[in-house]
Amino acid sequence: MKVSEVARILNAKILCCEHRLHEEVTSAFGADMMSDVLAFMNEHTLLLTGLVNPHVIRTAEMLELRAIVFVRGKEVPEEILERAKEQEIVLLATDKTLYTSCGLLYATGLPECRRK
Amino acid sequence: MFVQTFPITRGDFDTAGEASSKIKNMLKKLGISPRIVREVAITAYEMELNLVIHSLGGELKLEVRPKSIELTAKDNGPGIEDIKLALKEGYSTASESVRNMGFGAGMGLPNVVRHCHNFHIESELNKGTLIIAGYSLDEKED
Repeated sequence: MKVSEVARILNAKILCCEHRLHEEVTSAFGADMMSDVLAFMNEHTLLLTGLVNPHVIRTAEMLELRAIVFVRGKEVPEEILERAKEQEIVLLATDKTLYTSCGLLYATGLPECRRK
Repeated sequence: MFVQTFPITRGDFDTAGEASSKIKNMLKKLGISPRIVREVAITAYEMELNLVIHSLGGELKLEVRPKSIELTAKDNGPGIEDIKLALKEGYSTASESVRNMGFGAGMGLPNVVRHCHNFHIESELNKGTLIIAGYSLDEKED
């Protein structure tokens, strides 16, 4: 699924790196613990999280993620946007909860991320 | 052989991840396969976070040889009381404030084991911990 399609389904605001909306994600993972994200995700996975801090971007950088969805209408500070731009990671923000966001994406056929 | 050592300060969450980021970029520049770069980056990040969260301070060392890569995390204590338990998924001694930042889920060391080819750990209470994660560059790469 293209990241642009994720944004449409979640009625999400595109916060940065619009030029990479064509990137494909093949699975998704929802978590607020970055330790779990590091354990479960691969580079083609979409991360959905309610945690908003610079460590989210650092974690995404290590995993080479293409896109992150911040859920529950969280404000995303400029510092985080700047870091994401440096890494060319698309940031999306939705007012929907983590549960609803994951449910909507799952219903369209985007599967969970399977651990290697 | 290429060697670089990064000092890691206890509790410094502002710079946590910078060493791993540098390691990742160095390996990319050295032309290491993207798959290995990603695995080493994840391991380095987990090791670096462990040093920030659990140690009294230490260092993260990267060694690149023609056929292998080694990451070494060495700290000045406090040492791990029960290594077997520390290697168990979900076991964590991290504080509430660390958990609020999104870490301390008890996945760090198991994740290091999962993302490297060879793993070595030794620890002595009140002395310190040494962790080595090794990668072979011999395998057929993508």
